[in-house]
Amino acid sequence: MTEVPEHLRKRAEEARAKAAAAKGEEDAAAGAPAESAVGGDDAASKIPAHLLERSKAAKAKADGGAVATQSPPAAAPATAGAAPLPTGPGGHTQRLLTVVKSGSIQDVKAMPQDKVHVWPHLLVIEFAAALFITAFTTIFSIFVNAPLLELANFNETPNPSKAPWYFLGLQELLTMFHPMVAGVTIPGIGIFLLILAPYIDKNPSNKPEDRKFAVSLMTIHLMFWAVLVMIGSFFRGPGFNFVFPWEAGLFFEL
Amino acid sequence: MATDTDDDEIQKPLPQRMQDSMSQLGDDIVSSQAWNSIFRPGSIFRKGYTDSPRNRSYVIMNSVMYHLHPVKVKRHAVKVSYTLCLGGLSFFLFILLTVTGIFLMFFYRPTAAAAWDDIYTLQNSVTFGLLVRNMHRWGAHLMVLTVFLHMARVFYHGAYKPPREFNWVIGVILLTLTLLLSFTGYLLPWDQLALWAVTVGTNMMGYTPVFGDQVRFVLLGGVEIGTDTLLRWYVLHVLMLPFVIVIFMAIHFWRVRKDGGISGPL
Repeated sequence: MTEVPEHLRKRAEEARAKAAAAKGEEDAAAGAPAESAVGGDDAASKIPAHLLERSKAAKAKADGGAVATQSPPAAAPATAGAAPLPTGPGGHTQRLLTVVKSGSIQDVKAMPQDKVHVWPHLLVIEFAAALFITAFTTIFSIFVNAPLLELANFNETPNPSKAPWYFLGLQELLTMFHPMVAGVTIPGIGIFLLILAPYIDKNPSNKPEDRKFAVSLMTIHLMFWAVLVMIGSFFRGPGFNFVFPWEAGLFFEL
Repeated sequence: MATDTDDDEIQKPLPQRMQDSMSQLGDDIVSSQAWNSIFRPGSIFRKGYTDSPRNRSYVIMNSVMYHLHPVKVKRHAVKVSYTLCLGGLSFFLFILLTVTGIFLMFFYRPTAAAAWDDIYTLQNSVTFGLLVRNMHRWGAHLMVLTVFLHMARVFYHGAYKPPREFNWVIGVILLTLTLLLSFTGYLLPWDQLALWAVTVGTNMMGYTPVFGDQVRFVLLGGVEIGTDTLLRWYVLHVLMLPFVIVIFMAIHFWRVRKDGGISGPL
């Protein structure tokens, strides 16, 4: 038979001892009034004598049964008299077939989470954000016009010629490296590394204090990139030479 | 209608009768087959809305919002200070750009002879033409910015870590598609800015090792920028790249939910 865990066995023993103690008290309490009721004709008692007799008999029978479960098997037939109760080796009327540990039935992985309804909590925020960005774009568009320079002319190269702002970092690299390195190799490797980031970074934590290296590496690259874009946008004048915008003016169109 | 009720209504004052007939009309509409075919069983437009947890769930479950959002999200996920709404703003800007872009398409022909004139006419003769063009251009720059900041935000929160690795990959693809969309749109006004910015950009791509010249030829539709390039980039800008980016966005949003909602809290 399965081994009963220590804590369950202890708990069962305690429960049994407690039940036995309670029975003993009940017997003592039940015995005294019954005798007085039968012996002297109590005027205060409204219970008819024959009913009292019957309940006393029933209680005696029940006590007999209860005692049978508690006492060792040798004593049981003697107390129960004519009706022997089926009992186990320890005097039990029930048997422990098996103990099923909670983990073996169902492994609960999902812990209850603190959740809120998407409506209204999230949708209201999203709606406000959408309104904000629409309002911002509209108002900005009322006051600032998109550039439309003169018609494209292949014979007249503007000086400087600049790529869109998000590619100006690459154009800036062009001043330092061979075009293949600046225009293809570096951005190619950059995007490739970006895609691989989750497979390279094996650190499972997402706490900033645990990932100082990753955070500083990313920050350095973002800053480096931002500075290149700034220089390409504002500090490059005719011939893509370095100028100060407050001296030479802006050579930048969005 | 029975005559005795007519007699009753004559007794009532006019505003009361109008109110009654309006509410009767409303009931008729809501119980009509057409109405019930539009709104699903359980929709708040069928059975009305009173604020209860059950109805809050129905708002999402019985509407098209269920494509985008679950019924409930983690409490910290609705904190603006965590996401700064950057992903949502990028998506919303994409919608704004689609709407304004469709408007612009009505007035634009992608040929070297017509393109610049069309933009000029749009700005000067079309009602709201200038405003809508401005919104399209500034919205596009803003979208590049929000997508880029969204990437930075996700990195700093370590949100690319398992189980979200693949969604990060999709995100990098979306970033490059956003840049390509912006860059293809840059040529379309066919002004000096467009022509020479694209010249710089495509010259750089021409330095791709081994098949650089072929890449450049395919992109330009010839050996140098011309009216074929304009048509090519127009189709890329208004049809092909939006089609591709929508597919990747669908996967991106689907994976956000399948990977257990947004990451965090830290």
